[in-house]
Amino acid sequence: MKPLIRLMGLMAAFMPVVSAAHAESVFDYTSGKLLLTGGVNTVEGTAGGGLTPWAVIGSYGEQGQFGANVYATDINTTDYDIRSYGGLVGLDDRLEISWSHQDFDTEAVGAALGLGYGYTIGQDVLGVKVKVLGDAVLEQDTWLPQVAVGIQFKKNQNGALVKALGARDDEGTDYYVSATKLFLAKGLLVNGTIRATKANQFGILGFGGIDDDYHYQFEGSAAYLLTRKLAIGAEVRTKPDNLAVAKEDAAFDVFVAYAPVKHISVTLAYADLGNIVTRRQTGLYASLQVGF
Amino acid sequence: MKTVLIALALAVVATPALAAEPVKDSAAVAPVIAADDSLYREFGGHDGLVRLVDDFMLILLDDPRTRDFFVAAKQDHIKTMLVEQFCVVLNGGCTYTGKGMKESHAQLGIDRASFNALVEDLQKAMDKNDIPFHAQNKLLAALAPQHRDIVTN
Repeated sequence: MKPLIRLMGLMAAFMPVVSAAHAESVFDYTSGKLLLTGGVNTVEGTAGGGLTPWAVIGSYGEQGQFGANVYATDINTTDYDIRSYGGLVGLDDRLEISWSHQDFDTEAVGAALGLGYGYTIGQDVLGVKVKVLGDAVLEQDTWLPQVAVGIQFKKNQNGALVKALGARDDEGTDYYVSATKLFLAKGLLVNGTIRATKANQFGILGFGGIDDDYHYQFEGSAAYLLTRKLAIGAEVRTKPDNLAVAKEDAAFDVFVAYAPVKHISVTLAYADLGNIVTRRQTGLYASLQVGF
Repeated sequence: MKTVLIALALAVVATPALAAEPVKDSAAVAPVIAADDSLYREFGGHDGLVRLVDDFMLILLDDPRTRDFFVAAKQDHIKTMLVEQFCVVLNGGCTYTGKGMKESHAQLGIDRASFNALVEDLQKAMDKNDIPFHAQNKLLAALAPQHRDIVTN
């Protein structure tokens, strides 16, 4: 976590240089996308909203360019503290490769379960997303959305625990298809995602359970542009309910995303993650993204 | 697993065909976006558009990302054509007398990043002229599909 914050500071300090760079430098090949059109980093690292991937390729790298960003997110819920950090690179506005780590801090619940106060479950997610057709931003005279397909390889670091809770595996792979469309004349962005997953609670509680099948889940988000720099919106993400030990629900959030410049964005949300082992988990979601 | 991978591979292979653009030259204007001239009036009518386009050109010439496309061009002619084009799009009752977008941009080698840079400069010019955000987005939405004719690189 600390090295990441240092890296973010370094990147932020570097940014004015990027904007001031003149012709014939490497920076001619960065930051060519319009503000906020690369989305923010989801809790799993992939570009999108806070909880659900979008079909956009993350970062501000346009066609013929590259881009990258790093982020840190905290979701402080009723019983837990979920921290996520990582980053992504976007190439040619076609390919996105992301990495993300999640720490699920059980706080007092860990003590109650005999795991110890603050027992923390870790997970790493490697993501790959490819834009396959359409253009979410410029194709304003058609209904055709931008469509992307993606894979998230997830590895839970607390295999013994999640298997004791009924999961069949400590690693799993999610597949998703996302469609995203900006209705610019209305200032409205709409996204829908279908995900095939075995993950329990994003993978924090492992993969598989009552059955070992892929479950098809729907995720959706809508964002309204108040200004070029400021968007508000809401998201929903359904999840499988595949562990006998505790019920799992859909997650929701309402968010505000603010990007004063292309190099920084802040997202604040009120999230309702549904029941996670003990009871319904609601709380504040805060995320900072730095990149180009 | 295997089917998903195959679907993914297929999707990637199929992309260039699906992304292929129609070869017609749009007459520089997308469909009219308002049934009356209310949006045209939000832009200040003819005088408002002249002021907007004057500012727009100054910003384009000041921007290292766009300067090279305009510095040696017939700036007054471009400004007149932009006023006509915006007026048509905003349902201001004008006629566009210029060339098609494809023809007029064919030799310029404009890429997506340069196109977006121009969009940002137009946004700056609209901000400077106090044009409301929702009205800005309606004009941009009408102009955005021109990227098919303008972006060649």
